Amino acid sequence: MKRLLLAALLVLVPLASPAIDTGSAFEDPAQQARYERLTSELRCLVCQNQTIADSNAELAQDLRRQTRNMIRDGKTDAEITQFMTERYGDFVLYRPPLKPTTWLLWGAPVILLLFGAIAAVIVISRKSREGSDDGAAAGGDAR
Amino acid sequence: MKSLRYLLPAILFAALLAVFWKGLFLNPGEVPSPLIGKPAPAFQLEELSTPGQTFATADMRGRPALLNVWATWCAGCRQEHAFLMQLAKSGEVPIYGLNYRDERAPALAWLKDLGDPYEKTAYDPKGEGSLDWGVYGAPETFLMDPAGTVVYKHLGPLNGNVWARDFRPRIEAMQGGRR
Repeated sequence: MKRLLLAALLVLVPLASPAIDTGSAFEDPAQQARYERLTSELRCLVCQNQTIADSNAELAQDLRRQTRNMIRDGKTDAEITQFMTERYGDFVLYRPPLKPTTWLLWGAPVILLLFGAIAAVIVISRKSREGSDDGAAAGGDAR
Repeated sequence: MKSLRYLLPAILFAALLAVFWKGLFLNPGEVPSPLIGKPAPAFQLEELSTPGQTFATADMRGRPALLNVWATWCAGCRQEHAFLMQLAKSGEVPIYGLNYRDERAPALAWLKDLGDPYEKTAYDPKGEGSLDWGVYGAPETFLMDPAGTVVYKHLGPLNGNVWARDFRPRIEAMQGGRR
């Protein structure tokens, strides 16, 4: 019983963790939605596999504040992402733009899929051909 | 034809291995700066040791110059400090400081204890000026040409090897170009 109670209490622990964003939210839900979307698409450069929405590094706080201010100032999403890439490069974007330096990045899944498909076609066609051959050969061996 | 069947996967595997092997030795922390080749971003910040006086990006123009981003909380900065002192003494290139997300009192104490290699230091406690420079960690060092164009950015502590390899040739190229 005691153990069960402890387990139940432990389940509640995450609820006690404070939200990362202590800055004031937008009154306009549309602006808040934009803010949340933008910050979840920008990379925190200190803790590289987190977005600035996820990270509580000081740099992420700075970039969140910057994003908030720019939305308040009526900047468009494109202007905000441009501002970030001018300073931190395409690396700051979780969805980098398609250009000569990134085409391999974007194209790799397609290329790999193509390789897989070609391999599958070759293997399957060979197997089905071998299958009929094997049948005859096996028959021959058995006798 | 038959040998290809075994050879091809082996070759593909070797190629993949080579890619991953190279990946092991890349440093994902080194993000190339988009500022290279562009005019140094303008900041106008308070000077660290003389409050009230401003230090602007334009003050660094006219000569090749270094802007070194540092803070007292940064271990790498302590590591490179002796080298910066030595470099300042050599007079090869003026060094300017950008004190990043720090406090004035400990920063001044640092310069007093370890020596001050900087011509001037910009005080940026909230990281506002540093944001325009794409600073995301300290130490970072920018090299600018006399016209105020960013030529190179180094991430991490400076030392003699890095200097000889990445900085000196670029500075010499600038001086050669001016003559």
